[in-house]
Amino acid sequence: MSGIQLTRRGFLQATGIVGGGLLIGYVATSGTHTPAVMPGAGAIAPNAFIQLTADNRVIFYSPRDEMGQGIYMGLATLIAEELDIPLKDIQVEFASVHDDYKHPEYGVQGTGGSSSMRVHYLPLRQAAADTRALLLAAAAIDLGVSRDSLTTEDGYILSNGTGLPYSDFIGTAQTLELPTETALKPKADFKYIGSDIARNDALAKSTGTATYGVDVDLPDLYYAIVSRSPVAGGRVKSVNDSVARSMAGVTDIVQIDSGVAVVAESFWKAKKAAATLDISWDLPELAKFSSAQIKADYQDALNSGAGDTEISGSIEDGMLSAAHQIDREFWTPYLAHTPMEPVNAVVRITGDQAELWAGTQSPGVARGLVARHADVQVDKVTVNSLFSGGGFGRRGQLSHVAEATQVAVATNKTIKLVWTRENDVQNGWFRQASVMQINAGIDERGLVTAWDAARAGGDLTPHTVASVLPGALPSVPKGINDLLVDATESIFDGWVIDGGGVEGLVDDYDFPNKQLRHASVNHGLPLAAWRSVGHSFTAFAKETVMDELAEQAGLDAFEFRRRNLQGNPRLLGALQAVQKGLENWDIPEGHHIGVSAHGSFHSYAAQAAEVSVENNQIRVHRVLCAIDCGQVVNPDIVRGQMEGSIMYGLTAALYGDIEIENGAVKESNFHDYKMLRISEAPEVEVLIVESEEAPSGVGEPGLPPVAPAVANAVYRATGVRLSSMPLVLV
Amino acid sequence: MIQFTLNGKLVQTNDEPDTPLLWVIRDSFKLTGSKFGCGMAQCGACTMHVDGRAQRSCVLPVAAVAGKSITTIEGLGTPDNLHPLQQAWVDQGVPQCGYCQSGQIMSAASLLSDNPNPSEAQVESAMAGNICRCGCYPRIKNAILTVAEQSQPGAVQVAIPVTSSDAEGVQS
Repeated sequence: MSGIQLTRRGFLQATGIVGGGLLIGYVATSGTHTPAVMPGAGAIAPNAFIQLTADNRVIFYSPRDEMGQGIYMGLATLIAEELDIPLKDIQVEFASVHDDYKHPEYGVQGTGGSSSMRVHYLPLRQAAADTRALLLAAAAIDLGVSRDSLTTEDGYILSNGTGLPYSDFIGTAQTLELPTETALKPKADFKYIGSDIARNDALAKSTGTATYGVDVDLPDLYYAIVSRSPVAGGRVKSVNDSVARSMAGVTDIVQIDSGVAVVAESFWKAKKAAATLDISWDLPELAKFSSAQIKADYQDALNSGAGDTEISGSIEDGMLSAAHQIDREFWTPYLAHTPMEPVNAVVRITGDQAELWAGTQSPGVARGLVARHADVQVDKVTVNSLFSGGGFGRRGQLSHVAEATQVAVATNKTIKLVWTRENDVQNGWFRQASVMQINAGIDERGLVTAWDAARAGGDLTPHTVASVLPGALPSVPKGINDLLVDATESIFDGWVIDGGGVEGLVDDYDFPNKQLRHASVNHGLPLAAWRSVGHSFTAFAKETVMDELAEQAGLDAFEFRRRNLQGNPRLLGALQAVQKGLENWDIPEGHHIGVSAHGSFHSYAAQAAEVSVENNQIRVHRVLCAIDCGQVVNPDIVRGQMEGSIMYGLTAALYGDIEIENGAVKESNFHDYKMLRISEAPEVEVLIVESEEAPSGVGEPGLPPVAPAVANAVYRATGVRLSSMPLVLV
Repeated sequence: MIQFTLNGKLVQTNDEPDTPLLWVIRDSFKLTGSKFGCGMAQCGACTMHVDGRAQRSCVLPVAAVAGKSITTIEGLGTPDNLHPLQQAWVDQGVPQCGYCQSGQIMSAASLLSDNPNPSEAQVESAMAGNICRCGCYPRIKNAILTVAEQSQPGAVQVAIPVTSSDAEGVQS
């Protein structure tokens, strides 16, 4: 869709290094050649994903992690559909770590980039269809009939009107070769795909019986709380732990890479004791910086013309044919992810074996981290994945796994390490802060003639590499690992643009002349993909400018965008769905509508926000969201993800601001890092655009449009164009 | 030693009196449905009933509940015997990550026992102490209002959206 020649970025994207997703096509295989699944007695596991048991149940091993996005249900639905077995008869288990479960694009076993349904839609259906074909072939032999005379229904082979459970034919199936390339069901025959079916994890999650990492209990379990440097990267200079050592229930106090760990018989005893530690720190360069300086550094970089530039067409020519021109600057701050379940890990080391319990977005990397820090072979590490209490990118970062392993080694105990909420807000990874500038021109017909965009801020990818590499290549010594990480940082120094910082800034519309400049300015705060990554801020800048250009062109927000979306029919389709949907809305007096459209993760989303402003307070009453995410597997989960993305995006739009003071995060918990609450939540209406295209992203694409839609509505309500997030009227 | 009633059974603990009830329930009594979210009564993930009223157990010293009756999500309903709110949560596909939902349901149950027929605004105000980062708020509100409606005298049991006939099976 993007016509620009982003050669170097394109190259790196092709090799998988750039963007919100993960990296590394060159990760060494782990050397595990044993099958991923060892079937039980009388059972069969024709591939790594499906086990059919002797009592005719199906166990589905989900290669992707469940953090709320519904993939546990979504992927099971694919199996139910092609294997022709009721969803209720499918027991979902999180897969162990095995090469067969690696993400097909990322090369490591992890979950992110709104990619799971897109990459598994055909392969998992194929695995299930081939399994069904195997059972049919076995039944034909056992029953002495032609295969064409047989069919299936709900886990049974039907022969002459008689139903026989699939499991009756396991014995013969074990002797046959698994068929390949079995024809998949045509859409018209879908029984489950495309239907609203209640989530298969809702019961456990409504009764307190779903197990998260923090719920794991083991014999002789000890709890660890770590005191970390207030400034990321600081090192312990000295520690006075005499009070903590004297406290009841405290068993160990050990120094690890990230700080000082207090180990006790209970979480509460560990937490109380950790609060008494008196630590002085060697602080890194970051300690010299505060938010205002960081922002000024970004502005200086852009204003001095620094950075790397990619051009398509000619901005000069485009500006010459422009009737109107605007030049705008935007600021978007650092953000924390704050999943409801703070990160945690349980580690047990026994001889040359180690075991991990955790809900993560990267079990493959987690296994390598345990192996590295416990100094055991990778194939001696067992990873038990559990439900995650929210991910949003945060659970791709696994320092807590390394910490728990280091504490387990140092204490020779089984350790449950839990981050407090204060740790989560202050000591983790953050969404990049950015300054963006857009200089754009339009002609008399309302067509954009020039789009010159620039962004300054931190690069995401070196942080991703730094956190993934030690676990992805656990046997590479630390020194070489550090060299590789340094090399990654240097490629963003005037050589290449980090996709995660600019994605969406020059995209979506028919920009005949466009330029993208990026200035890397890194202060040292750890950065991580945050739900929708670069799109979470670029959409705000792009769609605010588009709204202002529409006004200059004398066109309404829909018509102006339509004229500039001729090369992007799917985003235009979503936009037109919103326009049509709004016709059914009664807009009360004093309420105003703002519009936006943005494509991300191969999906297309448009939104309208209904907003009122009273005493400078912004109130979002309703959001209308249209989404084209290709073939929909479960419409209700798609609606839920749009609702959730809008709420997550509104928290950022209205409140989100991680402020840095002398290198440390000022906010610490939900009282000063505010979350959207139910009393502030808008009604959401979701329109799913009918599509014959392959499934694409759902977990993130609903987020980027909400902040600009609200900002554009605030302009209609007040005449004020907001150019900073969070959106605050003064 | 501190005694209290936990989900209908008299129990006692030797945990230090300042230990928040949440950790006594989770670590000593091994009931993990109630969650740790913030540790300062800001998010509601730890919500339990103390003598029938929703309380934030992460800041409530266990000494303060001596002689009182505590109900956790495990005592409200079980997978085989769901509380109407839990049933509505399942039917309407409320949970996403699910981590906050025990607290949400306990707050909602306390609201409905005080006020069986709350207005939308009353639901919002009673539930404003419970954060959901997945943003399930519209569904939480609808689920509570559905249960309230169904509990009214003369209410007709209406089919709830989202659930298909297959879904019944999924829950069992």
